[in-house]
Amino acid sequence: MLWYTARRLLQMVPVFLGATFLIYFLVFALPGDPIAALGGDRGLPEAVEEQIRERYNLDEPFLVQYLLYLKGILTLDFGITFSGRDVVDVMREAFPVTIRLAIMALVFEAVFGIAAGLIAGLRTGGIFDGTVLVLSLLVIAVPTFVIGFVLQFFVGVEWELLPTTAGRDPTFRSLLMPAVVLGAVSLAYVLRLTRTSVAENKSADHVRTAYAKGLSRGRVINVHILRNSMIPVVTFLGADLGMLMGGAIVTEGIFNINGVGGTLFRAIGQGESATVVSLTTVLVLVYILANLLVDLLYAWLDPRIRYA
Amino acid sequence: MGLGNFRAASALVAAAALTLTACSGGGDDGTDDTAGAGGGEAAGGSTGIVTANSSEPQGPLIPTNTNEVGGGRILDMVFAGLVYYAPDGSAHNEVAESIETEDNQTFTVTLEDGWTFSDGSPVTSSSFVDAWNQGALLSNAHLSSYFFEPIEGFSYDEDSELTGLEVVDEQTFTVTLKQPEADFPARLGYSAFFPLPEAAFEDPEAFGEHPIGNGPYQLEGEGAWEHNVGIDLVPNDEYQGERVAQNGGVSLLFYDNKDSAYNDLLAGELDIIDEIPDSAFGAFEEELGDRAVNQPAALFQSFTIPEYLDHFEGEEGTLRRQAISHAIDRAEITETLYQGTRTPAADFTSPVVDGWTDQVPGNEVLQYDPELAADLWAQADEIAPWEGTFTLYYNSDDPHQPWVDAVVNQLRNNLGIEAEGEAYPSLGELRTAVGGKDMDGAFRTGWQADYPLMGNFLGPLYGTGAGSNDGDYSNEEFDNRLAEAATAESVDDATASYIGAQEILMQDLPAIPLWYQNVVGGSAETVENVEFGWNSVPVYYAVTKQE
Repeated sequence: MLWYTARRLLQMVPVFLGATFLIYFLVFALPGDPIAALGGDRGLPEAVEEQIRERYNLDEPFLVQYLLYLKGILTLDFGITFSGRDVVDVMREAFPVTIRLAIMALVFEAVFGIAAGLIAGLRTGGIFDGTVLVLSLLVIAVPTFVIGFVLQFFVGVEWELLPTTAGRDPTFRSLLMPAVVLGAVSLAYVLRLTRTSVAENKSADHVRTAYAKGLSRGRVINVHILRNSMIPVVTFLGADLGMLMGGAIVTEGIFNINGVGGTLFRAIGQGESATVVSLTTVLVLVYILANLLVDLLYAWLDPRIRYA
Repeated sequence: MGLGNFRAASALVAAAALTLTACSGGGDDGTDDTAGAGGGEAAGGSTGIVTANSSEPQGPLIPTNTNEVGGGRILDMVFAGLVYYAPDGSAHNEVAESIETEDNQTFTVTLEDGWTFSDGSPVTSSSFVDAWNQGALLSNAHLSSYFFEPIEGFSYDEDSELTGLEVVDEQTFTVTLKQPEADFPARLGYSAFFPLPEAAFEDPEAFGEHPIGNGPYQLEGEGAWEHNVGIDLVPNDEYQGERVAQNGGVSLLFYDNKDSAYNDLLAGELDIIDEIPDSAFGAFEEELGDRAVNQPAALFQSFTIPEYLDHFEGEEGTLRRQAISHAIDRAEITETLYQGTRTPAADFTSPVVDGWTDQVPGNEVLQYDPELAADLWAQADEIAPWEGTFTLYYNSDDPHQPWVDAVVNQLRNNLGIEAEGEAYPSLGELRTAVGGKDMDGAFRTGWQADYPLMGNFLGPLYGTGAGSNDGDYSNEEFDNRLAEAATAESVDDATASYIGAQEILMQDLPAIPLWYQNVVGGSAETVENVEFGWNSVPVYYAVTKQE
């Protein structure tokens, strides 16, 4: 198991190199000249543009730019943004709040998704099952920004239950609404996955055997149905952590949260390769680590799975 | 002429402003009453902290390197320049005691006694001269360096000192320009011309994070600027000018999304906004009542038809340009598309600048007249028949598509030609293409004034070879009018020349004027005395808020 983990961690090195190269290339290939936009509608004098381009190595060919970036990374210098700030500082500001938001969303979707999915799965065809299925379809179908604005308007503006935005002071309370919005769509998936899995497992042979042995209903559900039904759900949740962090653009925008999503969106718009590549690389690492965790959880959920 | 034009001019403007205030009565008088009280907390002021929306400054807060509104509004609060602009756009001396000239080319600036930066160091001639030299130096590549272009010694080819600046003594310095420019003193309220303390040169990086100024506000301690989140400003006790803070401070919160800012205002979590989301255009005046603001700003929008475009030169070109202008129903577009948050253009400048008039001779070319348009187009066809498609380029990272669609539709219907809008994904791309001077169609252009002067809307855009003359327009007579204005003896003379210059533009139409963008915003019931200035920025220092 230790060897397995180490091997998986070592695999991160080529993934890291590949990811940075690919993303750097994609940002480089983006149309448009980021410096030309700095002057707004009036444009900048050519001499000034040239000076700035030189400062960011933008006058060098792609490979040279990329190697210079890599060289910087080895000395933990992630470059500077067009506004002259260290990319490291930008990441240090953006990640903590997004991580909090993503974890809150993850907990929300896991707890409510699994609970509702379990109940629906145990009583397939019932009223609860039907309602929940329709509701989850609705959540999946309605775009996130619609859910976000509707919630913001009613909960924040009309009923004044929670802060409308979380910009200044991202407390637990002010992150609650954005976390619900962010987790809503995944919650629907978690619910449906759990329901299907539970519905399948509840009529499996080993469950019938467990009941026949005289085990209590609670123990059968917990150990024999739920635990066995969790593998697809955990796979989904693991992948979702990465998605939540990178995909929070819309939610962060609506609730004015200064997180990874918004920062990434702005950086792409401005063609800031150093920022985009650094942020995305960290996201890739989070993704890989989350997947590793998922794989390790499998063994705990289903002891038949062994790592060599 | 013994006295400087500028003094005479500002006296005139001040008189006008006084009359205006007298008429309106009460309201913003608070500023005048307390002006003499000196810095710090003013009598009659309030102590609440005003919250308002803004956007993250695009770079470090260095005056010569900031050319956008997010950083600019902070600099305007933190610094005091030689002159400042009153909300109505008139220029008044601030740090300058006088700016005198005899030939509109050499100016002698005398500073008022007693000004200090918030770190206690004095504001001297060198504070200005050193700051300007740093901003103008080519290798520093500051975004606003072109403001120093008129000063002797400025160069885009090599690092060069501004030889036109000379320190006479602690309180006096002279500025020599490459050529006479009568409105130069009135430009000095723009942030690029602010002074810098010693500390700015010792550690520019730290200074950009935490600027030390001489303005009505200062940053509230370390970490006052929380990037992408907001910035906290508190009154500066060292401030000597007339823009005395009437509140306990200003907290700017940065928003990427106008809707959330608007919702925050409605929920009572924000006092002032200067942006209304498009979705609320129809409702905000009703929702905010007399706390809604909707007034023209110093923002002019147009599309440019480059001179090098086939069929748009000479007499044929003039006819086609006029036809296009007549074919656009500006009133309808601003009403239906923007619900009255744009004002149809009547000239090439903006209603907020001094001397503006809707009576520029020849501006009937901006009237909607589809029959005349078709007729003019037909006349042009007789010279050389039109073929192909009229393309209007825009950038799709800003919401331009709706009006572009409306305009090309009207051109199609009224001129009977093929017309289409075509998008560049980003402003940067559009600018690169425009800069290449090889467009095969018209393209959108906009201009936000840096200072409230007519010349700022005309010279840089349509002067022969000027920096932002994207369409390569050149007309000797127009250039002469600009030169005339630059050396005019009085502001009135200059205005007359600028109007004459615009008369030529109305004939040639190097760009088709569309509309002035309004500032749309509002305030909550928590604050009083909210007024928006000529530059569409709320006049923060005058706002009062009880704790």
